[in-house]
Amino acid sequence: MRPDTHHNGSLAVTVLVSVGRHPLTGRGRRADQDARGVELARTLTDAEVELWHAGRLDEGSEAALRGYLGMGFDSLSLLEQPAGGDVLPALAEALEAAGPQLVIAGERAEQGEGSGLLPYLLAERLGWPLVSGLAAVEDVAEGVATLLQALPRGQRRRLQVRLPAIVTVDAAAPAPRQSAYGPARRGCLDVQAAAVMDDADMAQWQAQPARKRPKRLKIVKAASARDRFKAAAAKAEGGGGQVLTDVTPEEGAEAIFKLLKEEGVLR
Amino acid sequence: MSDIVRRDPRKEWIARNRLHPQHLEVLAELGQGAASEWMGPSGLLRKNPHAVGFIGPNGMKRIDRSGVQQGAAGGGGAAKSAAERKPLVEIEAPAFLVAVVPDMAGGRLTGHDRDLLGLARQLADADPAARGAVLAVVFGEHKEDDFEGAGVDRLLHLTGPEFDGFSPEARLGALVAMDLAWTPRHWLLPDSKLGGADLGRRLAARLGERPATGVWQLEADGEAPLGWRCIARGAAGTLDFQRAVPRLVLALAECAEPVSETRHAAEPLALPEALPSQLSRIQDLGQVAVDPAGVALSEAEFILSAGNGVRDWDAFHRAAEVLGATEGASRVAVDDGFMARDRQVGATGTWVTARVYVAVGISGAIQHLQGIQTCDKVVAINMDPGCDMIKRADLAVIGDSAKVLEALVALVEQSREEKRNAA
Repeated sequence: MRPDTHHNGSLAVTVLVSVGRHPLTGRGRRADQDARGVELARTLTDAEVELWHAGRLDEGSEAALRGYLGMGFDSLSLLEQPAGGDVLPALAEALEAAGPQLVIAGERAEQGEGSGLLPYLLAERLGWPLVSGLAAVEDVAEGVATLLQALPRGQRRRLQVRLPAIVTVDAAAPAPRQSAYGPARRGCLDVQAAAVMDDADMAQWQAQPARKRPKRLKIVKAASARDRFKAAAAKAEGGGGQVLTDVTPEEGAEAIFKLLKEEGVLR
Repeated sequence: MSDIVRRDPRKEWIARNRLHPQHLEVLAELGQGAASEWMGPSGLLRKNPHAVGFIGPNGMKRIDRSGVQQGAAGGGGAAKSAAERKPLVEIEAPAFLVAVVPDMAGGRLTGHDRDLLGLARQLADADPAARGAVLAVVFGEHKEDDFEGAGVDRLLHLTGPEFDGFSPEARLGALVAMDLAWTPRHWLLPDSKLGGADLGRRLAARLGERPATGVWQLEADGEAPLGWRCIARGAAGTLDFQRAVPRLVLALAECAEPVSETRHAAEPLALPEALPSQLSRIQDLGQVAVDPAGVALSEAEFILSAGNGVRDWDAFHRAAEVLGATEGASRVAVDDGFMARDRQVGATGTWVTARVYVAVGISGAIQHLQGIQTCDKVVAINMDPGCDMIKRADLAVIGDSAKVLEALVALVEQSREEKRNAA
């Protein structure tokens, strides 16, 4: 991470945090991706970072939210929402009023529907660009952020986006720091009233604990016993591969080079 | 010419007498060839067991009772005719459209894409009286040649510089234009990190549809608005939601069986109006070179793997560095101490999923071949033309691996040099 000193004035960053769920015990905790987002915001120099949460304040969620405060924050704004409500209007109105330059969120929640749609809906409503699956923010200068996006297979892509923007954080982003107990106790949760909207659609769905997905069977669609036997006994074969015999090393290398180029693995 | 059948009793007699010196010629003349069965003059079925089968490559007579190889010249021809034998399904006037946006990672349909197309076929073919058509949208150049076999009825191929790289805004614009032009009944996208999850959610936000995400099962349901209900994963994979299928579905891998028994038209389509050019607020600066050694072997995209045939290990490591490939090894190379244990590819080591796998001096033990089962393209460099790795490889070079690698490194460096000079 390169520290940047180019921009003047501080960068207003808002991190949207949610209450996570421990995969084994089911207890409330910092949501993994949101905590990574907070960590990402912490690594930005000259940034004024605010934490926002839309939801209910109760025993289970308070411990989780204080976990974020323990990453070095004095306060967290909490937009009061009922359980099972649609938090989009409240967050959109609050973001419009506050006008941050950069909004950081996790990719999807660990509770509820967890569809990962909220950042997209916010971006659509505010008319801001959105970049998903971030690994790092490299630089913010003159209203343009240079970002590093995580791709599958450990690859990275560099993007530039005009601020204000919404970004979501991938699991490849740096791991969050440990939450310190003292600051977590001392920090204050600033509860604010906000618009409330019911989620009527979701009330109609039936939720049940995730069932193990059936494993796909290898079905051999063969007409005759001979084909079935061949499918069961045959070794994996590419079939119809090109074999170059009696070629000079240069010709062989040329053929391999051409294939690598076609596949686009050479940079 | 009269159509009265003229019989030649003498020839018939020769055809019956297989000891006659002219027997085979006469058989060919009568159009019976090397027939092993024919109807005798008295109405009795006659058999010639000596004419059954064919002479195999090593001079022994082989009898193939499946009947596959009777007329076919070789294995390749038989496989091709099998593909052509699949019935072609054409849907002239579809009742509705099912739009699918495959990921096309590396320019080809991924397994996930094929599953999704299978799901699309389920939706399209549910009502035989009013069948829908599956419309696939492909952005940028592709290398796929089997859209027909994957179950695509209509293919919209959009190319142009604006769709290259990470271009969600241009792609979204095209999908919205499609929605206006044809109003597909269903939109299906893969819920994958390769781009489908991102594009699908953007489309949902733009169209104002609430999508079903993480869908892994679909069932017909007469009470639902679109006639289907689905099971969708939620809450970080801990909950299953049962709900009616909305217009837009983001489905997980293995949501349905891929199409395997039919061929489809894959008829090219074009958008009725040209797409308006739009200003992109996200600029793609290209992929960043990552340290290939830092990428886990199981998810590396490009692997250069060494085996017993490699003698010059410094040259091998240098080649991996120049090519930007992650290093792998066969068990022998690891046991001999040339490579670390965590680099071992195969059933006892790591099962790799690389797109391109270059095997240098690896003969291809069955455990190793199991480990590279899911690799797309396998390149083999080997001295022995008869080894199993050559049979598996898409491209095999027979020769000294050290020299071929050296030439390859020289080529890559030369092309980089040219690029640098041109820039």
